Amino acid sequence: MVDMTLDGNAIAGLLREIFAMEMTNALGTCGSCGAVNEVGRVEVYVHAPGTVVRCPSCEHVLMRIVRGRGKYWIDLSGVRCLEFAEA
Amino acid sequence: MGFVSRGFRGRRRDTASSSRVPPGQYTVTDFPVLSAGPTPRVNLDQWTFSIEGEIDEPKRWTWKEFLALPSETVTKDIHCVTKWSKLDTTWKGVSVDTLTEGVETAAEFSTVFSDGGYTTNLTLDDITGHKAWVAYEFDGQPLQPEHGGPARFLVPHLYFWKSAKWVRGIRLQKEEHPGFWESNGYHVRGDPWQEQRYWGD
Repeated sequence: MVDMTLDGNAIAGLLREIFAMEMTNALGTCGSCGAVNEVGRVEVYVHAPGTVVRCPSCEHVLMRIVRGRGKYWIDLSGVRCLEFAEA
Repeated sequence: MGFVSRGFRGRRRDTASSSRVPPGQYTVTDFPVLSAGPTPRVNLDQWTFSIEGEIDEPKRWTWKEFLALPSETVTKDIHCVTKWSKLDTTWKGVSVDTLTEGVETAAEFSTVFSDGGYTTNLTLDDITGHKAWVAYEFDGQPLQPEHGGPARFLVPHLYFWKSAKWVRGIRLQKEEHPGFWESNGYHVRGDPWQEQRYWGD
């Protein structure tokens, strides 16, 4: 079976475009199970109409990022808290 | 176009059958695998297909019952919003017309739902009238898990994200509830011939 899962480092560049700082060391709290994971360690699916980021503990969707027509659409509702250091 | 890799451009073949290829699409001969999550492991003994929501008596079939329903084999062109189209794909499955036979409903909309939590919204007009199927064979073989097996939705006149993999049922609704991609930037209907890719198209 094809495993299409990447880790959070696969979206380092994409998150850099959005947050204007390095995000792979940020800590995200899953809105579903409460697990805290470094963004670099989350599960990422990029072979899709958009980028889907899932919790490595429970597979809940943490983020959906769609880019098109010169815009971003970003759903962060699956992340309860994002902690990162000041630039 | 900066984010399109060379590999994808190399497969471009959009001069062929241009009357069958919607604007902005190119044809492929392989079958790319797209996925928004892990491939579910499905136990066929526990698999069911349901029609629920705005319906007096919800309908439900086991895998065995589903395979016993009248099936159809159809050959269709499919169009992915990531710009590949694949011509003459052959599927075997059950028409949504067969599944909804005799169903009385006040619903005009539906949400198709899948193992793994994926959803997509479709109007009843878009899934009835010989336009949509629940397919369990591709090219004469059981549908492989990476392509949505044991069964996927097939609604080839709309972008292929509407053809939900690992489908488990249809929820009939009076109101439109945008699905997984439709609630986050993708077009609520997704007609490839009108290039309805994103919100505002």
